[in-house]
Amino acid sequence: MSSFWSAWIIVLTLAFLVFIIWLLRWNMSNYTGIKEGELMDHEYDGIVEINNPMPKWWTILFWITIVWGFIYLALYPGLGNFKGLLGWSSSNQHVRSLDESRQATEEARAAGLIVEYDRQVDQAEEKFGPIFTALSQRPIEELAKDEEAVKIGQRLFIQNCAQCHGSNAMGGKGFPNLTDNDWLYGGSPEQIKHSIMEGRVGLMPPQSQFNDRQVTELAHYVMSLSGRKVDPELAKAGEANFIVCAACHGMDGKGNYALGAPNLTDNIWLYGGSQDAIEETIRNGRNGVMPAWKDILGEDKIHVISSYVYGLSQD
Amino acid sequence: MSKNIKHSFVEKRVGWLAVFMTLAISIGGLVEITPLLFQKQTNEPVIGLKPYTALEMEGRDIYIREGCNNCHSQMIRPFRSETERYGHYSLAGEHVWERPFLWGSKRTGPDLARVGGRYSDEWHYVHLMNPRDVVPESNMPAFPWLADNVLDGKLTAKKLEVFRSFGVPYTDEDIAGAQAAVAGKTEMEALIAYLQVLGTGLTQAK
Repeated sequence: MSSFWSAWIIVLTLAFLVFIIWLLRWNMSNYTGIKEGELMDHEYDGIVEINNPMPKWWTILFWITIVWGFIYLALYPGLGNFKGLLGWSSSNQHVRSLDESRQATEEARAAGLIVEYDRQVDQAEEKFGPIFTALSQRPIEELAKDEEAVKIGQRLFIQNCAQCHGSNAMGGKGFPNLTDNDWLYGGSPEQIKHSIMEGRVGLMPPQSQFNDRQVTELAHYVMSLSGRKVDPELAKAGEANFIVCAACHGMDGKGNYALGAPNLTDNIWLYGGSQDAIEETIRNGRNGVMPAWKDILGEDKIHVISSYVYGLSQD
Repeated sequence: MSKNIKHSFVEKRVGWLAVFMTLAISIGGLVEITPLLFQKQTNEPVIGLKPYTALEMEGRDIYIREGCNNCHSQMIRPFRSETERYGHYSLAGEHVWERPFLWGSKRTGPDLARVGGRYSDEWHYVHLMNPRDVVPESNMPAFPWLADNVLDGKLTAKKLEVFRSFGVPYTDEDIAGAQAAVAGKTEMEALIAYLQVLGTGLTQAK
């Protein structure tokens, strides 16, 4: 803050406090020349005023607020650039990037200043940090069997993951079911953790080169892969074009973890398994995005969530 | 009447009473608000802040039109309980180009100050069409008409120009290309584009 605005705030604040003190004292004094308890010599429609002092409880409260005002301004930041004797502030509001924010926290800590927000975070870190550090050093397979870890993981899952995958983790149309042991990007602990940390982008391009009949044929072939009853002639015709799909889903249609290409042979359908839904997927393509969480939750918490997710399909 | 009774001056002259009241009330504003209008902290954007694109700007207007700010705040307060859920607390420098700001004061739904990038576009689409499809417990209304309404972009360039006059650094190309950038897009696309950029100026700055 420039020294002009700092001075502006200090002068106006103190001048007004002094003015208030003067106003209060002036009004407490008897400047009317009429004795206390006697009639003031004005009346209207028979209503008269008696010269009574202001109530004592009220003036005392007023004095207390003035004294409190001075104490507050001395201890806390309020008077322009004066930071207050306690060195207290609520947060680092002047920062302009996350780096500057971290830096400001470090600097305030080194200078012994109290930043209320950082203090809250430090207190929580002291309490919860060791718990998560300990958990993060144990393998995910082991945590998935630890009742306490599962509880923590479930809580974190419900807060952060349930919006898409559902509070029972069973997903919905376009959002994978995490309980069926059918994986787009692999179900090993490392693969699950990687999916959460870095996010995933699954892209099925629209197959606009096929006409309506070819799309229907392909859909029949895709349905036949999971052993469903289909028109064998249509499926046979579709098989010829499946070579395009095989680039990602594999010749056998079993999918590819590296690309997030779903397994088409297990009768589990991310975007619906009806003929219409499959045709729509072929025609318009699909784009599934799992956001990256490492910057939001940090690796330790993701480790615990990974163990919860891993455990869901391990029964 | 005694000339000593000085308070009768304001008791009998309502015009002067109003003047003194205004003076008393404005002291607070003079001390607490006026200096903020001239502070670096409230006028300089955070390092990664980018002006809204034409599409995001239209999305912002839809956000206002549909009253999203009546139930969603865009202000993460500096409490750990908030930052655990929403991310880094909001900074003045993130809102220097907001007119009007959409901080809100009521959270029927969650804060959206950093919702950008948190969900996929697909999720936003499904959720806006019918929130209960992805969050069964939700009491948010559905906004299916957004997917049907198509933008023509006739006013988009004008909107950017107005914001440029407020000091948002739009280039001539931004304004010239504004209509083409939004014409034919649905309101749904615009709103999702807006939601996906919220709060990312600070968190995704490189």
